[in-house]
Amino acid sequence: MSIRHALLALLSEGPKYGLQLRQEFEARTGEVWPLNVGQVYTTLQRLERDGLVESDDSAEEGPQKGFHITQEGADELSQWLRTPPDFSSPPRDELVIKVLVALGLPGVDVHEVVQVHRRYLVELMQQWTRLKEDESRLDLNFALVVDAELFRLDSLIRWLDTADGRLKRAAAGEGAPAPTSFPLPKARRKVGAPE
Amino acid sequence: MSYLELRNISKVYGEGATEVHALQHIDLNVEAGSLVAVMGSSGSGKSTLLTIAGSLEDPTGGEVSIGGRSLASLSRNGKAQLRRHSIGYVFQDYNLLAGLSAVENVSLPLELDGLAARKAQAVAMESLEEFGLKDRASHYPDQLSGGERQRVAIARAVVGGRQLLLADEPSGALDSTNAESVMRLILAACHRGLAAVVVTHDAQLASWADRVIFLRDGRIVDQTLPMENADTFLEDVRHR
Repeated sequence: MSIRHALLALLSEGPKYGLQLRQEFEARTGEVWPLNVGQVYTTLQRLERDGLVESDDSAEEGPQKGFHITQEGADELSQWLRTPPDFSSPPRDELVIKVLVALGLPGVDVHEVVQVHRRYLVELMQQWTRLKEDESRLDLNFALVVDAELFRLDSLIRWLDTADGRLKRAAAGEGAPAPTSFPLPKARRKVGAPE
Repeated sequence: MSYLELRNISKVYGEGATEVHALQHIDLNVEAGSLVAVMGSSGSGKSTLLTIAGSLEDPTGGEVSIGGRSLASLSRNGKAQLRRHSIGYVFQDYNLLAGLSAVENVSLPLELDGLAARKAQAVAMESLEEFGLKDRASHYPDQLSGGERQRVAIARAVVGGRQLLLADEPSGALDSTNAESVMRLILAACHRGLAAVVVTHDAQLASWADRVIFLRDGRIVDQTLPMENADTFLEDVRHR
């Protein structure tokens, strides 16, 4: 996640202090991604070096030092918001790799391996869903974070379900035969704008 | 005590070479006030499990008890009476009667159970109000959105103090916002003391349940462990 751009976004609302930036960042991400105050100041220094923010020169270093965004910073933020993250090639997903590895191993029931992961993911989804139950503690930002996590976990379960079905059909002689060696995703190709 | 108990349930369709074992050795207890989800792919036996739990179909072997009464001890009429009194069903395609308004759909099971029409409609109206559908009471199913139809179907399923709710893919035809509101209603019914079983292939739906059972080829192969406290989980997430 880009802390750099998250801080630019907060500063685009108006000048802020470092400590204030940390508190607002955590509040707006449902406190799911805690931020070290050291990270905030290191990032602000780099942003200042790159001309994307400017500090209040009259103040001394520390929690009371204010920062504001520059025009270059605003342009950078605008471009970042509209640049899709790099989803163009499959990541080396550990779950996918475990299932592919299990497929080639003698004495391993791949359906059992799939079920172990499916159950764990459903248990995680139950925990996240539980957080949605009490709507009084569900502010908009936190609700969006919870939804994102539920959809991410759900997509993994859907893949496991599909894989389970595909393996079952393959074992019954329908569809493509199971390979004797497992293909691993190739190294990522760099696409998209650098951070 | 469990409100619904399935003990060593099996179900076989066909004979000889065409024999299909739809369910084998199913043991399941559902306590009053709890929501259990049954997950499985198409053909895993989850809908058969629901129809047997709801006495719509007899098992080939094993015993089903509802509210402490064994279904095997009940006559055909006794089962029908139990269904009317104690069990509500919710299906993916709502199964509302097209010629009846929302309030008439909800009051119908009460009237079939012998309650006077006026009284039944008053109870149905209360139920619709609770589900946020008071202003839709006189609308017919084709005048309601998919989400509203399913809410009417849930109101019909729980009206009159029924104690067991059985739902088969209750949000299968709905978008995620309506699906969530359907599960919130089912959960709220459980918090009032209903026992509920939802069968689904959808993990987002199943994750509303207290316990998730995994069905594969007619057998229970796994189930989720009890959840940790929500606050503890959140603290863990924040400090990971």
